[in-house]
Amino acid sequence: MKYVDEFRDAVKAKSLIHEIELLAKSIPIARERPIAIMEVCGGHTHSIFRYGLEGMLPKEIELVHGPGCPVCVLPMGRVDDCIAIAERPNVIFTTFGDAMRVPGSKKSLLQAKADGADVRMVYSPMDALALAKKNPDREVVFFGIGFETTIPSTALTILQAKADGVTNFTIFCNHITIVPTIKAILDSPDLQLDGFLGPGHVSMVIGTTPYEFVADYYKRPMVVAGFEPLDILQSIWMVLKQIKEGRAETENQYARIVPKDGNTAALAAVAEVYELREFFEWRGLGSIDHSGVKVRAAYAAFDAEAKFTMPNIKIADPKSCQCGEVLKGVIKPWQCKVFGSACTPETPLGALMVSSEGACAAYYQYGGIKKYEAAS
Amino acid sequence: MNIVPLPRRRTIGQVHVAKVTMAHGGGGKAMKDLIDDVFVSAFDNGLLAPLEDQARIDLASLAKHGDRLAFTTDSFVVDPLFFPGGDIGKLAVCGTVNDLAVGGARPLYLSCAAIIEEGVELSLLRRIAQSMAETAREAGVKIVTGDTKVVQKGACDKVFLTTTGIGVIRPQCAMSVDRCCAGDIVLVNGVLGDHGAAILGARGDMALDSPIESDCAPLNGLIDALLTAAPSTRTIRDATRGGIATVLNEFAHGSQVAIEIDETATPIRTEVKGFCEILGLDPLYLANEGKIVAIVPAAEADRALAAMRAHPYGHGAVAIGQIRSGLPGRVTMRTVFGGTRIVDMLVGEQLPRIC
Repeated sequence: MKYVDEFRDAVKAKSLIHEIELLAKSIPIARERPIAIMEVCGGHTHSIFRYGLEGMLPKEIELVHGPGCPVCVLPMGRVDDCIAIAERPNVIFTTFGDAMRVPGSKKSLLQAKADGADVRMVYSPMDALALAKKNPDREVVFFGIGFETTIPSTALTILQAKADGVTNFTIFCNHITIVPTIKAILDSPDLQLDGFLGPGHVSMVIGTTPYEFVADYYKRPMVVAGFEPLDILQSIWMVLKQIKEGRAETENQYARIVPKDGNTAALAAVAEVYELREFFEWRGLGSIDHSGVKVRAAYAAFDAEAKFTMPNIKIADPKSCQCGEVLKGVIKPWQCKVFGSACTPETPLGALMVSSEGACAAYYQYGGIKKYEAAS
Repeated sequence: MNIVPLPRRRTIGQVHVAKVTMAHGGGGKAMKDLIDDVFVSAFDNGLLAPLEDQARIDLASLAKHGDRLAFTTDSFVVDPLFFPGGDIGKLAVCGTVNDLAVGGARPLYLSCAAIIEEGVELSLLRRIAQSMAETAREAGVKIVTGDTKVVQKGACDKVFLTTTGIGVIRPQCAMSVDRCCAGDIVLVNGVLGDHGAAILGARGDMALDSPIESDCAPLNGLIDALLTAAPSTRTIRDATRGGIATVLNEFAHGSQVAIEIDETATPIRTEVKGFCEILGLDPLYLANEGKIVAIVPAAEADRALAAMRAHPYGHGAVAIGQIRSGLPGRVTMRTVFGGTRIVDMLVGEQLPRIC
């Protein structure tokens, strides 16, 4: 496939792995412990497992799977709110596919659907808007979820709904932002990370400038990375190169997609429709200041939180669940007390087991074969 | 006075309305007309025509094909009913024929039970029955008994079909899921994932203009050729729901062996790959309706491949991997990139990813 196969070339991968090995071995700290690099984005985690990258990397490198899976970090209370909306008699509740399985305190959307709620999977918020126009006597709610990658699409859908005079369409906004989250991870006292792979598609929207604090203030290399396996390997190489040369900079490996200043049209739509929340609750990470957005008062007519009453109850993560420590890279998924026993993809306790992008589900399903076997 | 004898052949009823109503399920003349018009006239064979409560099959005629009976059933609830490359009728015949054939049986007779939602157009039912008849003809099987039920609107989605089939297993054929041995070769008869992608594309809610056609086909001829060329074949399964990933896991668990496949050797159409890239799906888990996975001893693999390639439904046959002595029950794939990943059973339904 054009522009796909080129980035999956096994021969190039081999020589790149060799370069990475040489570079890693020449970095002094690697003699004491592995160099820890966090890939922030769930899309990267997915690719790493899909192509078996962990098993190909030298033992001097440890990949830490970060919090960038929006489905995984959604707290139970918000899922309960979704279900409360979905179970209202006149509502058609629309959602992206992989949000269907996330467990709430009592059930998931998939179970709510089986219980009779009208829950439908869509591929774009615009499909949900079209559904609203087709069903003027029903309330159509779209489950707005995701980082900056998906925020512009729901912002533009709200703008379109307003322009079209649609009155039966709302978004239940659970959008979150990446930068405060990276900052919260860097501020965590139990953390030891040597560098970051920055999220590719988020950066396509926000550009690379917002990450500069990572290098400037926290002195950690940050390389914005693409999602193909060669992209990821090259980005790891770039992080190592910075460490080796004693640099800490924000670099852009994914320049074919990510402009330095992001997508100004998308950012304008987001700023028009959304404003920052004071704080937002994350599963496993707790409350993080300014890490979520909400619909501005001017667009309240399209805000499900303004239109419907919902339980809005904060529900603590299960005690045995160690998603937070996994998210911060303090422990590996298989080191969690309930990994593979009480918590499996069939019966997920923590959200990291739910989505294929969640570090735990990815380990369970695809397995970082060599390292997993070595550790277990 | 001479009494004119009644003709021994009964007349075939016809339906003169456009849509099925509850009356067509009432057990009276309307139901008989529906069965005659739609099914009996399409399936057209001497075993079905008398419309007894059962088909009567001569044992001696069965015994000449082999020494054991194979018996299987499957239900079909596809949406949409008609899709590129097939329809529910073709699917219902192929599914049961293939389930018999992968066990080394020669498929002979099928039943067809139809659950019909009131309001369905008669013309639609006729098309489905015609398609079943054509596919049965191609597969060399007869549809000899059946049943229809009509249910209220909303109680089913247009038409549900169930086909049950009997076949006779060739003598000395002893394929089973626990017979895979280290060194055996994993063969498939062509590109994978077409049916799953075609159905998702045909539902139309993806706004993707996909030219992908279902691979739906009766594979008894192909399997016959394969087993003649490679009589020591360990086991065969058709890779329907859950795709080849599921079948390989069943083999690995059943035989307590490890299986390694090679991504570069695994044939997937460019269009299907692109489809999966866009939606975040894995083609290894997409359904097929005309693809088998066969485990063949290495010594017979070349002959098996040549025999499959000589058959119209096996032109694209290739070896995609090998049985290994590694961790029992584990299926892995060497990725195009040179890494290795686990290919596990799917937990639930494959859901598209957010971004």
